[in-house]
Amino acid sequence: MDHRIRVLVAKPGLDGHDRGAKVIARALRDAGMEVIYTGLRQTPEMIVNAALQEDVQVIGLSILSGAHNAIVPRVMQLLKEKGIADVLVTVGGIIPDEDAAQLKKLGVAAVFQPGASLESIVDFIKSSVKQIA
Amino acid sequence: MAKLTSDVTNLSGIPIDPVYTAANTPNLQLPAPGEFPYTRGIHRDMYRGRLWTMRQFSGFATPEETNRRYLYLLSQGQTGLSVAFDLPTLMGYDADHATSEGEVGKCGVSICSLEDMEILFRGIPLGDVTVSMTINSPAPIIWAMYLAVGEKQGIEWSRMSGTLQNDILKEYIAQKEYIFPPRPSMRLVTDVIEYSTQRVPRFNPISISGYHIREAGSTAVQELAFTLRDGIEYVDWALERGLPVDSFAPRLSFFFNAHNDFFEEIAKYRAARKIWAEVMRNRYGASDEKSWKLRTHAQTAGCSLTWQQPQNNIVRTALQALAAVLGGTQSLHTNSLDEAYALPSEHAVTIALRTQQVIAYESGVPNVPDPLGGSYFVESLTAEMEKRASDYIRRIDEMGGMIPAIERGFPQTEIANASYEYQHTIETGQQKIVGVNAFVEENEPPIEILQIDESSQQHQLEKLKNLKSRRSNETVSNTLDALKRAAQGRENTMPYILDAVRAYATLGEICDAFRDVFGTYTETSVL
Repeated sequence: MDHRIRVLVAKPGLDGHDRGAKVIARALRDAGMEVIYTGLRQTPEMIVNAALQEDVQVIGLSILSGAHNAIVPRVMQLLKEKGIADVLVTVGGIIPDEDAAQLKKLGVAAVFQPGASLESIVDFIKSSVKQIA
Repeated sequence: MAKLTSDVTNLSGIPIDPVYTAANTPNLQLPAPGEFPYTRGIHRDMYRGRLWTMRQFSGFATPEETNRRYLYLLSQGQTGLSVAFDLPTLMGYDADHATSEGEVGKCGVSICSLEDMEILFRGIPLGDVTVSMTINSPAPIIWAMYLAVGEKQGIEWSRMSGTLQNDILKEYIAQKEYIFPPRPSMRLVTDVIEYSTQRVPRFNPISISGYHIREAGSTAVQELAFTLRDGIEYVDWALERGLPVDSFAPRLSFFFNAHNDFFEEIAKYRAARKIWAEVMRNRYGASDEKSWKLRTHAQTAGCSLTWQQPQNNIVRTALQALAAVLGGTQSLHTNSLDEAYALPSEHAVTIALRTQQVIAYESGVPNVPDPLGGSYFVESLTAEMEKRASDYIRRIDEMGGMIPAIERGFPQTEIANASYEYQHTIETGQQKIVGVNAFVEENEPPIEILQIDESSQQHQLEKLKNLKSRRSNETVSNTLDALKRAAQGRENTMPYILDAVRAYATLGEICDAFRDVFGTYTETSVL
């Protein structure tokens, strides 16, 4: 049986800047995780459905467009509605500190701002998923 | 203690010798500035004759607010305008589209119709100020709005200048703001080039861009190669349309990044001019010297700026801007210190503009064209970049051109690999980024940033509702039907787009008409 951590890396909204999401997806793969990259311009509905179908333990949302306050709460709401609120959600991108604090109140486990190391992201996911299991 | 390693390669993987001497440039043939192939600059006098245009890319929230920022920037000494549109506009959606929720005005100004363009340029004489518009998939529509505003200001199109980015190939490669599939999109690009050549002769209908390719993580060599090869593709399509090369080539323009490796960037611009001049004269047989001269805008590298210790970004931007000037750019945008946080605050963008002004008026650098010409290092690097970029261009030629290359994921894969390798050099500390993985400070104070809230979306929605109730919806409908028929055929779509725009059809409505005919594009992701 495959015990690899399963991660969905997603680009919600209209933002097409995918350099960070792709580098992280690859780094997580190199760190031994099973990574599904959704591609661009996903709606919250598409992301949550993919998470459900792919049975992931982690969703990584990449948002650089400033639309995070509209998008992330919707994702968190849908995860609850679909009964998979225990999925670990992390957000990366251009997220000001005050907004990051708000997102964490909604249940986002971590917000990775520009300059976050790949190592810190990998370590966070590895230690957090072990806790949940 | 600082350690100097003996084996050094630059960010493109080019080995850098410990020292450069005349032995590095044994058979150097260097024509003067203003002489073919323009390695040293496209004009004999360069900045002594005329400074580069200081053109800050700008736009946020509503057209009303952006208009105010434009008037401010012009009052502070900016010499040209450059419009940043929001994501809904870039992707061909109006502010009232479901997909636009939370996105309106966040990354640029929201433009839904001609009415918004009129507001954007209120008090700005379009016959006297040149405007660059960073728009790609909906470029023909935004351009039509620009031309219609000119009409309303009573300006002859023959007097209007400016630039339209209109470079769809780099969207598939890097920026990803595509709507339609490649071939219909190339048709629209060519429609603009053809119409511009015939009706708006002082306008630059395309800005063939490397900036975004570099921001996506490419090396400088890849940026150079893919940009010029995109240019070749556009020339091929325009020739296929039946346009004589010298009729449109003089108005092709370019847009490069100005990144961290100071001398590599300077060499890049020099190599770009040489390669392009030779392509135009030898590959295409262009005989007008204006067709041979590569004219470019440059922007300092957004991706190099940091969240940590943002004041350091002022220094990074200054060095990058200096490289662009030493490299002979015609036009320049300097990024603001808060690049990693938000769109520029007024305070930050003023410093960015002053950076250019200090270089222009205090450094003495503009007094001499190509002051680094003859430098053993810069000439050696220029030649090496020319060689490596030409190799890439040849490989893409062998694939059948840029569209086949894109379809098989070639440039996308090169970029993904380069960006992953670069990130690795940062992870290991081999590449130090001050404030991020070296000289880190704990507990940095917060900075003031530009806030854009949801009121922009509200404002735009109300305006749209109002517009749709005032305009003749029957006329709009007729123009869209005519547009669709033209799109299905082989006519130039510009006259039909202009009709729709003048009737106040919205950007979203016109793009939807094109979506109906051309379909939409989804990429196969390359990690």
